[in-house]
Amino acid sequence: MSLHTLTVAELAAGLKARRFSSLDLTLHFLGRIERLAPELNAFVTITADRALADARAADAKLARGEGGPLTGVPIAHKDIFCTDGIRTTCSSRMLDNFVAPYDATVVQRWRAAGTVLLGKTNMDEFAMGSSNETSFFGPVRNPWDLQRVPGGSSGGSAAAVAACLAPAASGTDTGGSIRQPAALTNLTGIKPTYGRVSRYGMIAFASSLDQAGVLTRSAEDAALLLQAMSGHDVRDSTCVDTPVPDYVAGLGAPLKGLRIGLLREFFDKGLDPRVEKCVRDAIEVLRREGATVTEVSLPSLPLSVPTYYVVAPAECSSNLSRFDGVRFGHRCESPRDLLDLYKRSRGEGFGAEVKRRIMTGTYVLSAGYYDAYYLQAQKVRALIAADFARAFGEVDVVIGPTAPTAAFELGAKTSDPITMYLNDIYTIGANLAGLPAISIPCGFASEGGKDLPVGLQLVGPHFGESRLLSVSHQYQLLTEWHRRVPPGYE
Amino acid sequence: MEWETVIGLEIHAQLATRSKIFSSSATAYGADPNTQANLVDLGYPGVLPVLNGAAVSMAVRFGLATGAKIARRSIFARKNYFYPDLPKGYQISQYERPVVEDGSLEVVLDDGTRKTIGITRAHLEEDAGKSLHEDFHGLSGIDLNRAGTPLLEIVSEPDMRSAKEAVAYMKKIHTLVRYLEICDGNMQEGSFRCDANVSVRRKGQAGYGTRAEIKNLNSFRYVERAINYEVDRQIELITGGGKVVQETRLYDPDRGETRSMRSKEEANDYRYFPDPDLLPLAIDEALIESVRATLPELPDEKAARFMREHELSDYDAGVLTSSREMANFYETVVQRLGGQPKLAANWVMGELSGALNRENLEIAQSRIDAEALAGLLARIVDSTISGKIAKEVFEAMWSEGASADAIIAAKGLKQITDTSAIEKAIDEVMATNPGQLAEYRSGKDKLFGFFVGQVMKATQGKANPAQLNELLKRKLAG
Repeated sequence: MSLHTLTVAELAAGLKARRFSSLDLTLHFLGRIERLAPELNAFVTITADRALADARAADAKLARGEGGPLTGVPIAHKDIFCTDGIRTTCSSRMLDNFVAPYDATVVQRWRAAGTVLLGKTNMDEFAMGSSNETSFFGPVRNPWDLQRVPGGSSGGSAAAVAACLAPAASGTDTGGSIRQPAALTNLTGIKPTYGRVSRYGMIAFASSLDQAGVLTRSAEDAALLLQAMSGHDVRDSTCVDTPVPDYVAGLGAPLKGLRIGLLREFFDKGLDPRVEKCVRDAIEVLRREGATVTEVSLPSLPLSVPTYYVVAPAECSSNLSRFDGVRFGHRCESPRDLLDLYKRSRGEGFGAEVKRRIMTGTYVLSAGYYDAYYLQAQKVRALIAADFARAFGEVDVVIGPTAPTAAFELGAKTSDPITMYLNDIYTIGANLAGLPAISIPCGFASEGGKDLPVGLQLVGPHFGESRLLSVSHQYQLLTEWHRRVPPGYE
Repeated sequence: MEWETVIGLEIHAQLATRSKIFSSSATAYGADPNTQANLVDLGYPGVLPVLNGAAVSMAVRFGLATGAKIARRSIFARKNYFYPDLPKGYQISQYERPVVEDGSLEVVLDDGTRKTIGITRAHLEEDAGKSLHEDFHGLSGIDLNRAGTPLLEIVSEPDMRSAKEAVAYMKKIHTLVRYLEICDGNMQEGSFRCDANVSVRRKGQAGYGTRAEIKNLNSFRYVERAINYEVDRQIELITGGGKVVQETRLYDPDRGETRSMRSKEEANDYRYFPDPDLLPLAIDEALIESVRATLPELPDEKAARFMREHELSDYDAGVLTSSREMANFYETVVQRLGGQPKLAANWVMGELSGALNRENLEIAQSRIDAEALAGLLARIVDSTISGKIAKEVFEAMWSEGASADAIIAAKGLKQITDTSAIEKAIDEVMATNPGQLAEYRSGKDKLFGFFVGQVMKATQGKANPAQLNELLKRKLAG
């Protein structure tokens, strides 16, 4: 077995036993990135010098018998997290030249845990997209089929980890941006409870929905990495001050007695039957191990897509106002006056999807429309949250597919934003309700001779990450789906 | 045609916190441009606001002092607009649910009548930075030191009916925020400024006329002048057959007029919505009670006490409580003197205030402190010097900084209270003025003053006035 297909947990054990050094690992991954990243377009910035320095520091620590479970483990960050002294672009022309002057809390915490930064991954521009086709730096390709999308917006992180260019990567999830790419690339992707991980230094798309998380090749890895990024941060007022449980220690919880709610609204007419079969098979595995399965209904959930596409653009229209060409980021050439500076800097700096959402958001907040759209959306949002709360009175986790289909082809949905938006139909609810949710590999759908991964989604009650991780881990002990690596990247 | 003016004020009081409302940058005035602006103030990608609790306590103080309701839950909202000195492209303010609602304040008008002015609301918000249009040759400079400075915006009901009432209200708020130590009240530095909403209507007319909002008035005099100008303009407009349009106007103090800035149609749509980066502001009983426990005696309470305990007039009590420093000064004088409140009040409001005004000083900068003034007044009380001589001693104290006793001794200003010495002086004056004496004795009573003057002159003003009066009367009668 080669180094790059090992999980983080396996790498950590190897580092601790000194079977290989962090420098060995880092050079190995940098070599793979150099060779394989271009065809995938997974990285915006490769931080080789920084990685080598981090690796040497980690090795010194390990040699002294110090360090924790992540010391010396290479990782990548989605290019939405500010990294001190390193270009942070959000895959936008607007920030093409932006070097962040500070580390995001997530970056700081993973760094403090001893990880090695390999680079910054490509993404949909400002995290707005479900296919990674809105990036200023071009689309990311899915390692399972280079003609297909890896999902978005954390598509670069997904492609990098799936292709074994990094053992793990951070992501952010506003409407499914961790889970949907995880599903489309055969990864484990967890979006924790809103407020579990600090948003400080994570460039905002929709502040009330954005949440950082992680993409890995196993639930155990997700537990390790989520542990290291979670916890209270005084710099983020929405970050909750409740203790972080030991996620790794909780992985052994048995499936017996687990109450699973099969989400009726997720098995709708838009669901690809091959995806449905994989999901039902996975649920059967859990049932055989002693979980009980009942059907639950969340009647307001079908309204989640329109609700989301009011709330998220509204917040984005305001969050992106700071990109005005005055203090940082793209500035147009020789502006005639202030208005010209604003119009051209923003007109040139933002791509089409970002502009579409800024316009939508500006519209729904405008005088005369606010009540009909924004206020109404907030009411529906409360109904969706109440639906989930009711369901969690009866079941421990709610289960269903992560995405309605497996990976689609590049360009297939770019001409129609609505069909693209519908790809997030199963993931958005958790964001609107602030709930933790995870996507794990549960099988493959064959398409044009290629096996395309399918994801199983589990949603838990607030701060129920431990349960989601343990159910996923127990499932992964019984199945091999998550161990499969795309052909050509073994 | 009789017209009635309707005025409401929006006062912006800069809260006297050490750091900004949502960041840890200092708020001190006058630092070099952009030296007090961190990444949060600069609106950098990824940064988040964290509310300064001190600003909340100050808002609660104001609410309690004006008998207002303190919202147990209020919401920070974003006010969206583009301007280079607004780094985030939005200002964090409070919109639908402010922290303070429904208070009031009583003002005393020139004719002595009292009037209650309603305070609709007071809300917390951040200030913007400053655009500097001079010095940059066709470019504008941006100084973000002020960006994120905490403001309390105090919105009145449209309860004022003249510029004078508006000024009285604004002065009262000015006094109050300084009593509460939540704002330094410095108007030159922009710590206390206001927007005035002005409209006119025919007497007896129900409903208000269309209003104009005059922005950024930073002195009491400008408020009065701007309102008066605006009222005349509106009346003239209406009587000339025109219509007042709802608009924002600027006051030009050099030309003494208001000018249109933008009309309602041109106004921004601010697209307010709750700021998702900040939790609703929750204020519990414990916080309110802890703030209440630290409230000082407020100006109205203090004035009432001065009237009750010191038997001061309404007017005197009002003047002496117009600032906390003045009231403290006065009370210290009374305390040191062991009484004599009227004497102390007259001197604080008279000689002392005169000297301060002459040199444009605040009472805290007075060259004579309360203890020293009490030392002077004690010499009047014990008849060492007369009130008239005391004024001379006061001037010497002011310029030399010495104590009253030292000056009285050095200048030999001690009053003559020895009866025989005064009698001797009277005798001499009578001897040298036989003509006037004869006239007086033939009934020309007015000449009494002449003799007082002559004796005072002979004693260099040191004769005890009461004794002199009595002795002189007796002697002149023969």
